[in-house]
Amino acid sequence: MGKQVLVIEDEPNIIEAISFLLMRDGWTVATHSNGRDAVDIVRARRPDLLILDVMLPGKSGYEILSELRADAALAELPVLMLTARGQAKDREMAERIGASRFMTKPFSNAEMLDALHQLVPGA
Amino acid sequence: MAQRQLTGTRIRERRLSIGVRQADLAARVGISGSYLNLIEHNRRRIAGKLVAQIAEALGVEPAALSEGAEADLITQLHDAWGGGAGAMEDVAAEEFVGRFPGWAGLLAERHRRVGDLERTVATLTDRLNHDPYLAAALHEMLTTVTAIRSTAGILAETREIEPQWQDRFHRNLDEDSGRLAQSARALAGYLEGAADSGSVPASPQEELEMFLAERSYHFAELEKLESGGAITALLGAAETLKSAGAQALARNWLEQYRRDAQRLSLQALMPLMEKGLVDPWAVAQAAGVPLQVAMRRMATLPEREGIERFGMVSCDAAGSFTFRKPLPDFPLPRHGAGCPLWPLYSALCRPLTPMRGTLELTGQQHGAVRAFAMAAPKEDGNGAEELPLIEAHMLLVGGDGGSAERPKERARLVGVACRICSKDNCEGRREPSILREGV
Repeated sequence: MGKQVLVIEDEPNIIEAISFLLMRDGWTVATHSNGRDAVDIVRARRPDLLILDVMLPGKSGYEILSELRADAALAELPVLMLTARGQAKDREMAERIGASRFMTKPFSNAEMLDALHQLVPGA
Repeated sequence: MAQRQLTGTRIRERRLSIGVRQADLAARVGISGSYLNLIEHNRRRIAGKLVAQIAEALGVEPAALSEGAEADLITQLHDAWGGGAGAMEDVAAEEFVGRFPGWAGLLAERHRRVGDLERTVATLTDRLNHDPYLAAALHEMLTTVTAIRSTAGILAETREIEPQWQDRFHRNLDEDSGRLAQSARALAGYLEGAADSGSVPASPQEELEMFLAERSYHFAELEKLESGGAITALLGAAETLKSAGAQALARNWLEQYRRDAQRLSLQALMPLMEKGLVDPWAVAQAAGVPLQVAMRRMATLPEREGIERFGMVSCDAAGSFTFRKPLPDFPLPRHGAGCPLWPLYSALCRPLTPMRGTLELTGQQHGAVRAFAMAAPKEDGNGAEELPLIEAHMLLVGGDGGSAERPKERARLVGVACRICSKDNCEGRREPSILREGV
């Protein structure tokens, strides 16, 4: 049984590609596509790793991450943030809130897998 | 020290330029040649009376030799130097100003111009960054490119991929590349259009909007009881209101503002706002004014800590915007009409019936916005025998209104404008989105 990754992203074709990629890499993949109840889903699923898009319907990835970090049980969860905005201030914002890693769209599959392996060693 | 150096240098320049020998000038003002030499080389302080005598002898105003306008110029040169390498010597700036006042003035003037242009560039960049069309279109393109890149990577790099996966990814690629082509075309079209209009307001209505936004939609001048000439003074001083049309629109708007302020004063309104009221009906009832007056007053509150910030949009009976004050969570389209799902338009169909709703914008990661809308006859209508003209208003405030006592309402998914709205199967859609294929 591989490690579990939860992908919160609202673009169906990106979800499909990432899911396929991660499954092939040995992960158990769960997906979710809106921001509103994302925090509840993370609490319920307790993934080993979270991939979180910034622009989500209902609630932004930044808000979701802040809520997660405020919860002691989730403060250490590795979170890879994805965004289409790669400006320094977006990166700073993500780091300040507590993102483990920040990746700008578009990214290559190899980059994505490298980042996941760094965040969850031994996965 | 600065003054001494400068004055001496100028005396020397002036003397040499009119061809007077140092000894002759010294004799005329009753000092020794060697003392004048020390003054000219800024090694001796020179007193006011002697400056006046030398100035007279040289045929110039004493001020031309001492400090004065040049001090300003020196400060500006120091500013201009700010970006240069190394520290500028005080002496160098003063000598430069003293010897080449024309060139120094030109340099300072160029420096001011550069500052102005830098500010313009910053404003335009800011506008570009916050253009909702552009931001939405770029985000859409990057998202599509991400899907394509990842999918193409899988197809290229994965050995032994099941046929059904392969088919699906090929289909996704085809779909995404179509989307990308369409959004790229739409973006190109938009940018070409934007280049024509530039940053110059295109209509009197836009001039008025710029003017109101510059003033943060609040006019303390019109809050007083005696504000007789205030409107004329405001209009006269408003550089943004260039066209006669804009001036006339602004006069109407400001007169309405003053009438509203007289009916519902800030003294009466602020305590209600400080209590945290956001519902204009409650405010209208508490203050005993018509709902549309309360809405307009709430949309033009001074920006103050602890006071909710309201947005508002009004339209005439033809659906054309007559007032726009966007909120960060609820941008409003600059051109054309809004989303037909807004309560603003429902209100227009049922005059004098208040409407409310919680709205959520498609594609926004922000929270919900509460909207309060009502249409009413325009109050400045002249000609009572004609059919009254209706105007609809929609007041906007951030938050979904959820509280312990009252569960939050279900938000209605609406857009800003069809072109940048991604809502699927929308019965209100009237033109295709640049974000998605199909109507």
